[in-house]
Amino acid sequence: MNEQPRLELLGISKSYPSVVANDGVDLRVMPGEIHAVLGENGAGKSTLMKMIYGAVRPDAGEMVWEGRQVRIDSPSAARRLGIGMVFQHFALFETLSVAENIALALDEKVSPALLSPRIRAVSEQYGLPLDPERRVHSMSVGERQRVEIVRCLLQSPRLLIMDEPTSVLTPDAVQRLFVSLRRLRDDGVSILYISHKLDEIQALCDRATVLRAGRVAGVANPREETAHSLAELMIGGALPTCSLAPRAPGEVCLELRGLDLPSLDPFGTHLEGIALQLRAGEIVGLAGVSGNGQQELLKAVSGEQAAPRADSVRLLGRDAGRLDAAARRRLGLGFVPEERLGRGAVPALSLAENALLTGYLGESTGMLRRGVVRDKAVAGFAARVIERFKVKCGGARAAASSLSGGNLQKFIVGREIDLAPKVMVLAQPTWGVDIGAAMLIRQAIIDLRDAGVAVLVVSEELDELFMMCDRIAVLAKGRLSRALPVTETSVQQIGVWMSGDFDAAQQAEGANHVAA
Amino acid sequence: MSRLEARPEPSRAMMLASPLLAAAAMLVTGSLLFLFLGKSPLHAFYVYFIQPLTSLYGIGELLLKATPLILCGVGLAIGFRANVHNIGADGQLTMGAVASGCVALYFDGVNAPWVLPLMLVAGALGGMAWAAVPALLRTRFNTSEILVSLMLVYVAYLFLGYLVHGPLRDPAGFNFPQSKMFGDAATLPLLKEGLRVNAAFPLSLVAVLGAWFFCRHAFAGYRMRVSGMAPAAALYAGFSEPKNVWIAFLASGGLAGLAGVGEVAGPLGQLQASVSPGYGFAAIIVAYVGRLHPLGVLLASLLMSLLYIGGESAQVELQLPSAITGLFQGLLLFYLLATDLFIHYRIKPRHPAALLARPTHPPTDMTETAAHES
Amino acid sequence: MSPDYLIAILASTATAATPLVLASSGELIAERSGVLNLGLEGMMLVGAVAGFSTTLHTGSSVLGLGAALLAGMAMALVFAFLVLTLQTNQVATGLALTLFGSGLSAFLGRDLVGQSVAPLAPLHLPLLSDLPFVGPLLFRFDAMVYGSLALVAVIGWMLARTRVGLLIRAVGEAPHSAHAIGMPVVKLRYATVLTGGALAGLGGAYLSLALTPMWVEGMTAGRGWIALAQVVFATWKPRGLVLGAYLFGGVTVLQFHGQGLGVPIPSEFLSMLPYLATIVVLVIICRNPQTILLNKPMSLGQSFKAD
Repeated sequence: MNEQPRLELLGISKSYPSVVANDGVDLRVMPGEIHAVLGENGAGKSTLMKMIYGAVRPDAGEMVWEGRQVRIDSPSAARRLGIGMVFQHFALFETLSVAENIALALDEKVSPALLSPRIRAVSEQYGLPLDPERRVHSMSVGERQRVEIVRCLLQSPRLLIMDEPTSVLTPDAVQRLFVSLRRLRDDGVSILYISHKLDEIQALCDRATVLRAGRVAGVANPREETAHSLAELMIGGALPTCSLAPRAPGEVCLELRGLDLPSLDPFGTHLEGIALQLRAGEIVGLAGVSGNGQQELLKAVSGEQAAPRADSVRLLGRDAGRLDAAARRRLGLGFVPEERLGRGAVPALSLAENALLTGYLGESTGMLRRGVVRDKAVAGFAARVIERFKVKCGGARAAASSLSGGNLQKFIVGREIDLAPKVMVLAQPTWGVDIGAAMLIRQAIIDLRDAGVAVLVVSEELDELFMMCDRIAVLAKGRLSRALPVTETSVQQIGVWMSGDFDAAQQAEGANHVAA
Repeated sequence: MSRLEARPEPSRAMMLASPLLAAAAMLVTGSLLFLFLGKSPLHAFYVYFIQPLTSLYGIGELLLKATPLILCGVGLAIGFRANVHNIGADGQLTMGAVASGCVALYFDGVNAPWVLPLMLVAGALGGMAWAAVPALLRTRFNTSEILVSLMLVYVAYLFLGYLVHGPLRDPAGFNFPQSKMFGDAATLPLLKEGLRVNAAFPLSLVAVLGAWFFCRHAFAGYRMRVSGMAPAAALYAGFSEPKNVWIAFLASGGLAGLAGVGEVAGPLGQLQASVSPGYGFAAIIVAYVGRLHPLGVLLASLLMSLLYIGGESAQVELQLPSAITGLFQGLLLFYLLATDLFIHYRIKPRHPAALLARPTHPPTDMTETAAHES
Repeated sequence: MSPDYLIAILASTATAATPLVLASSGELIAERSGVLNLGLEGMMLVGAVAGFSTTLHTGSSVLGLGAALLAGMAMALVFAFLVLTLQTNQVATGLALTLFGSGLSAFLGRDLVGQSVAPLAPLHLPLLSDLPFVGPLLFRFDAMVYGSLALVAVIGWMLARTRVGLLIRAVGEAPHSAHAIGMPVVKLRYATVLTGGALAGLGGAYLSLALTPMWVEGMTAGRGWIALAQVVFATWKPRGLVLGAYLFGGVTVLQFHGQGLGVPIPSEFLSMLPYLATIVVLVIICRNPQTILLNKPMSLGQSFKAD
């Protein structure tokens, strides 16, 4: 049966000043099909979806919707055609209610009050229950996603785009989502499912288009492929793996004891009774969906937020809870934050000037002499980092904002490593980073561990954590679980814990419980 | 149709050219304004901008009026770099004038060499003390330093008014609101006989050098810059925001106070009901037009000073209203803000779909920068 | 001191407060949509001179107020173009607007100094104006006083209950999300900024047409800045604006009449009261960072660039 595709993209291209995001992309989505768009971080998936949704205009190519050629000039034009999009980072307004949020996003001008019964009805119908009067800031990430989805569904879309929908969900929330999506597909809705998670795509999707470096690398039926073959299409080569040589961990370098921390963000998560022991020569991973206290925990460890009691955070045998970031670095802490531009590096400053940002605290860098900056020492340090970590840039004088995500991340990681920390903390170290840089960074982390540094990695990617860590713990709703050796647990168990289900016996207690 | 496109890196050429473009635009607008007021634009342009520079006395006046602008501007620029906005420089200038004036009047009749240095110290301390209030309120109570420092300007003006109408009024002054004239020991020496420019001018040049060194080489200058550009990065690096706020306010307050001394121990020679025609506010413009760089501030101060002096001679010779000066100053800043756009953006004519930009990284390493992710 | 005198003093609180009510409510709308306009003082001055000049030449206060409204909007348009379209720094541009407005108003008003117009006529409300005590105290104001209070109520209702208000609140919290949904962020901000300018112009004109019916260079004497502080004091909620403005009005009145009431403080120190009071009020509100974090529109002061 020769059915007409619901949506067809022909030769779509888009470029930005320093990168080509999409290059001659063809895509075909049939009615009642769940179609995966697969690719590593930076392959061009998000830009492609933005063009379909009208938020960005293509530089070249055609779009054909249900047989007619169209130009999608704006999100409201896309919605008129029947295209809905659930964003990876939700476009929700915290201070407004569910009904107000949805009222804003709809093209018909309906008041929130009139919308409430419709919201209830649709959300029940597809297994995504919602209370229209609740303010969004009080909702969990999974609930917020439901708001986004219901918002789209209220406009009876014929094509629903979902951008990395499960990056913020616990494993059983993922299953519930899949049930809803299958119901939609059975009703004839086409779904474009953007993801880089091979197992989910194999479980859910009918067809997959694989993007690599802005181009289509192949089109496949995910159920007929193996994870291996799909991965090869995604990265154009064999799947990388790391392996850890077994190693007996040394003494405790970082200890969190009974850490209670109120969040400075009025909509943030408060930490309760966090306890953790991190030893020299081991990598401990903190799993968890962001929004569960990761930002707060990292700030408490790095010194960007002071802990209520000085002994809640002990660094290399000293009470460090009230010390600021500079003092903790002097003790031997290194930290690579999640945000590269704006926190780990200043965008408008050169790489050399960014090296000074934390480099001034290194014992042997010699960047300062009596309050005066020594340019030569700074530039020399930066040049060494660039060389050691193969940072592709216009030299040490290039502005940080001119580097690609992966290269800037390599620079920041390299800077921290070259300061010879005894404790290293990394947040989302390979987020938005190309595969080559990601491998280099992971290997550098493992090398640190082999050299006896205590390493803490906070990441949303369970695969990465299981690949790299000696032990894993879960941060959920502001509480931290016990840290289990990777060999003694599984993705399933961690998944259960990620919804907050680790019971009191399993949760690490304050001072009198030694984590495994 | 063209559109604005972000540059991958800020354009260094435009950073230098932008103030010049803005000045040129202001001059053109000025000429149009002269025309509108019924004066020949070329003649008015000459009287306003060229004539003051043609005599030694004119140059002296130029430097004289530039001095308080340089002193205030240099201090403000340091603070603006750190996103600390001291809008109250005129108030700090006034309080510096008051403090040094009190010293001068207290030691009236004493002919010793330490009177003048004491006045300078008192002036600087007076300005610093007045600037300490917004600094304290911001660091302790999170209040906007813009609003607090500004409110204190009015308070300072009123305080000066109280002094010259009351306790410090010259008994032999026919009831005018002014103090006794300061004695010779309490007056800044002139640089050259016949000109009014005094020792405060070289002092301002020293301030420029000091500020340049601070911004370029001092770690504290670096910390303040980072703080202004990326506060989260400053926190990450362990830089103390309160420290930056204090440095910014004490430096700019002290320098503004010195500017106040320069006025009352200089051309004014006494405390009057008003000791500043808004230098502290003009210095804000000077700081921005000077790109927050000490050398730029120096040049911008000279330009601004020319606007003041040109305004005075235009008023006398051409009967142009004195209020034109304020108009020009505002226009200059507006134009600068507009031309600054081209540092970060360029105009790109819309290309037909067939042409694509070439990638700047080799294809095997193509990734989206963090800004384009999702 | 006679009760009539006392009532007159109390009543003058309202006229002192009204320019602030007008200017701060305009600024509140702009700030709720995420735009910080520090040029209030400049806009008020231009409104004052435009209003005074028009009334002087046409004899009509209504035309004068209209001219002030347009003048304020014109100033705000310059600001909006720079900040919303050219994406200049909001703080620097606002300062530029104030400095420019001071210069422009001084320039335009150079021939108006010393002239005078008839002040805005007080309304005579049947029955209410003639009540003893309460009549002169509450019911003999000019139309602008009542208008400004009604305006605040309308603004409060608009923000909470209408679609436009919802859009403003959303844009003020997260303009990028609003844009992603398809809201016209820039157009909306143009509208709020222009409204703010119009009201600032009106507020300035009230000074030169009602409070002290004359033109003097710099006659706002910092009220624009105080209006900015009032928005903070009201934690960005319209109802707080009235309280703040009338508090300020009371302080101003104290200042004017202090000497007449026999208060033994030099007049200059009395004149300092409004400014010092503003500082105190700011400290009280800002002390607890949570107050600001919870109420300040999250995108306030940040530039927005559509992709």
